[in-house]
Amino acid sequence: MAPLLQTRDLSKHFGGVHAVRNVNFTLDEGELRCLIGPNGAGKSTFFKMLTGQLEPSQGQVLFRGQDISSAHAHQIARLGIGIKTQVPNVFDGLSVRENVWLAASRLHRGEKARRLVDEMLERIGLTQVAGRLVGQLAHGQRQWVELGLVLSTDPELILLDEPAAGMTHEEVNKTAELVREINRTKALIVVEHDMQFIRMIAKKVTVFNQGSVLVEDQVENIMRNPLVRDIYLGKQAAAA
Amino acid sequence: MDLVALLAIQVLYAVASLALISVGLAIIFGMMRVINLAHGEFLMLGGYAAIVATSHGVNLWIAMLVVAPIVVGLIGVVVERAIIRFLYGRMIDTMLATWGLSLFLVGLTTAIFGNTTVGISAPLGSFEIGTYRTSTYTLFVIAVAIVVLAAIFATLRWTRLGLIARGTMQNADMAAALGVNPPRVYAVTFGIGAALTGLAGAVLAPVSGVFPTIGVAYVAKSFITVIGGGAAILSGTVSASALFGAINQIATFVTTPVFGEVALLAAAIVLIRLLPQGITGRFFRRGL
Amino acid sequence: MNQRWLNILGLALVAVIGIAFMILTPRFAELDTVLELTVYMVMAVLALSLALIWGYGGILCFGQSAFFGLGAYAYAIAMFNIGESTVPVLLAIILPAAFAALLGYFMFYGRISDVYLGVITLTVTLILFNAINSTAGPEFHIGTARLGGFNGIPGIPPLNWPGDRTAAVDLEGMFYLAAGSVLVTYFGLRLLLASRFGRIIVGIRENERRAELLGYDPRAYKLATFTIGGALAGFAGCLFANWGSFVSPTIFGLSQSAQIIIWVIVGGRGTLIGPIVGCIGIQWLSTALGANQPTGTDWWAKIFANAPLILGVILIAFVLLVPKGLVPTLGDLGGWLLGLRGRRGAERERFEPEAAE
Repeated sequence: MAPLLQTRDLSKHFGGVHAVRNVNFTLDEGELRCLIGPNGAGKSTFFKMLTGQLEPSQGQVLFRGQDISSAHAHQIARLGIGIKTQVPNVFDGLSVRENVWLAASRLHRGEKARRLVDEMLERIGLTQVAGRLVGQLAHGQRQWVELGLVLSTDPELILLDEPAAGMTHEEVNKTAELVREINRTKALIVVEHDMQFIRMIAKKVTVFNQGSVLVEDQVENIMRNPLVRDIYLGKQAAAA
Repeated sequence: MDLVALLAIQVLYAVASLALISVGLAIIFGMMRVINLAHGEFLMLGGYAAIVATSHGVNLWIAMLVVAPIVVGLIGVVVERAIIRFLYGRMIDTMLATWGLSLFLVGLTTAIFGNTTVGISAPLGSFEIGTYRTSTYTLFVIAVAIVVLAAIFATLRWTRLGLIARGTMQNADMAAALGVNPPRVYAVTFGIGAALTGLAGAVLAPVSGVFPTIGVAYVAKSFITVIGGGAAILSGTVSASALFGAINQIATFVTTPVFGEVALLAAAIVLIRLLPQGITGRFFRRGL
Repeated sequence: MNQRWLNILGLALVAVIGIAFMILTPRFAELDTVLELTVYMVMAVLALSLALIWGYGGILCFGQSAFFGLGAYAYAIAMFNIGESTVPVLLAIILPAAFAALLGYFMFYGRISDVYLGVITLTVTLILFNAINSTAGPEFHIGTARLGGFNGIPGIPPLNWPGDRTAAVDLEGMFYLAAGSVLVTYFGLRLLLASRFGRIIVGIRENERRAELLGYDPRAYKLATFTIGGALAGFAGCLFANWGSFVSPTIFGLSQSAQIIIWVIVGGRGTLIGPIVGCIGIQWLSTALGANQPTGTDWWAKIFANAPLILGVILIAFVLLVPKGLVPTLGDLGGWLLGLRGRRGAERERFEPEAAE
């Protein structure tokens, strides 16, 4: 079976800076993958190229075998890749319900759309604040809104950029649970710094460093890998 | 042959006047990311400043080259302190507020000077190229443009002010981190931009005359020159002026002045479409 | 649910006041008042066109007068050539809409940023102004209609009932038509904004990147919005050409464009009532200040009857002090006084998912 997502020698440079360099990455149908790496390792740039927000300088992105390297963001979204960005990217001036409705309306109309909105609000636990402006919500809640937006467009592959950032311990647990639940039907790539969180959800981990893939392995092996400890975990381990 | 020489001078003049009317705006836009829609009125005020000064007995050259830039520069500082500084980071609101300022200045000058054209006759007489006669003042305008651009180059390249300016252009936060006081830099920048604009307005006053709504004739041209040029103040202004000035003058030569203007504006729109970052966004990136 | 009823109540109120105003004015007002009010109504349609594309679509068009002018000229020229007003009216809508579509395609699909969009629309307006202004000679004509350059086109034949060229619309009929157009445009836009399309354009205004990542193509939606706005402005231009039987290049001018922007800012971006209020208020103010000059005062005319001066001060003051505009600010104030903080009084108008699809 062909992989769901594949990149070939994917690179992006800004002027002389190589943000992403020759990344060959493969994700299978239904897989859950974690992406880790220090700040500036190129993870967000990588995500932006997968979603059409940045055009690759070189290389290809294949989604179900189709080349989407130079497709527009909205086309890629329609093909079935959804993204929750690092800083909550939501419609701050609209209410929670309006936000989710906009996402659900891409695929559904009328009564069906309204029903799906209600279900989604229940699922992300924001029914109580459905009428509030998203801009007035707490950071963690805005993260949930964005997750709700992404799920409402029913994508095949979901990219999550630091879903647990800024969340309370309780919210982190809830997020991990939701990620596992989503993974029953969909493929995910999750960028995260919180190792606790990664251990809760992950199977296979890809480590980025300086724009390239450093190593790719099961989560237990990654935790033991001295190279990874050096460039990334080392600081945390020393601090702990 | 004489015709070619004449045309060359006219093209050079078109380029020079375009550079003159745009460079003040380029400084303000390049350094502050402020689009000053009252730019045309600053040019108009420069013209009035020179004319009022000469009618009070000031020597014409002093009125044009000293009085006008000082007066308009001071007005610029006042405008920055009274309006612009409240709107930093709100680009659209700045455009709207300066559009209001533009209307206000048109209304104010109409109230003071009336809705008529006043002029000063161009000094220096004329000279001949073969069978053609052309105004010597044309050469003076070209010379002023060259001197102004050279002065800006020298300032940017070799002075502390220029260093701060270049730093701010690259990265406003970095300049702040270097201990520069951004509000003062902005006020000074806006003042200098306004002063150069006043100078341009005064120098062009003998050619075009001055009336309250003359700014409209200038504003679009200078905008597209600045936007067409891109972020780099000097190389942007010079390259865009050269391109648009040449198009304007040649189209004028082939058809009429009005269609020369239309050709210039249309060329600008196409250029912005092709190079949204301006000429210097693509070429001469390392220019000043 | 409560919100929904308030919303319906508001709509009903607007409808009752609007229809009453439309029916009663010609019965009780002097003819020159009716004439004056007619042009206010014509301009209100123009204000609504920018209210849609800027207030809801987030597209700052500095050249809305270009479409207005094109509509007026298209009507005038077609009228001289055809003599029956059905086709000219359609042309006055279609031509500006097509021009807006072309310009919009060029700008939105070229990914031109907001600020440059302002400069480009401004430049296009100036090009049209310059081009039309220079067509004074007799060699510039389209069919039997001379363009007239800076002199404009006088004596434009009035509208007639469709199909019957002898049944010309009189002054009173013109008022009904203009006021009716405002009402139809207002409710039409309310419907549009309550539809899926309307909510999506507001979403794009709020966060274009997010809308894109959800799979909406912002370029297409902006293009459609811009085209509708162009059509509306063109229709207003057609009414305007009828009102004065005269068009001149000044309707392409920058001061005309500035006025439209000022109406919308003063009334409030993101509302429809606001720009109508702003439009009527500003025009009334200009007329009143010009007309009420005390005898023997020269300075009055210089200051208060000086449209650019007054408009300039108003624009600066609103951008600095009341950036949301009158209607939303009053709405907030009213809501605050009634202790409804957190609710969005008048602002609510712009997006109402509970409303009928």
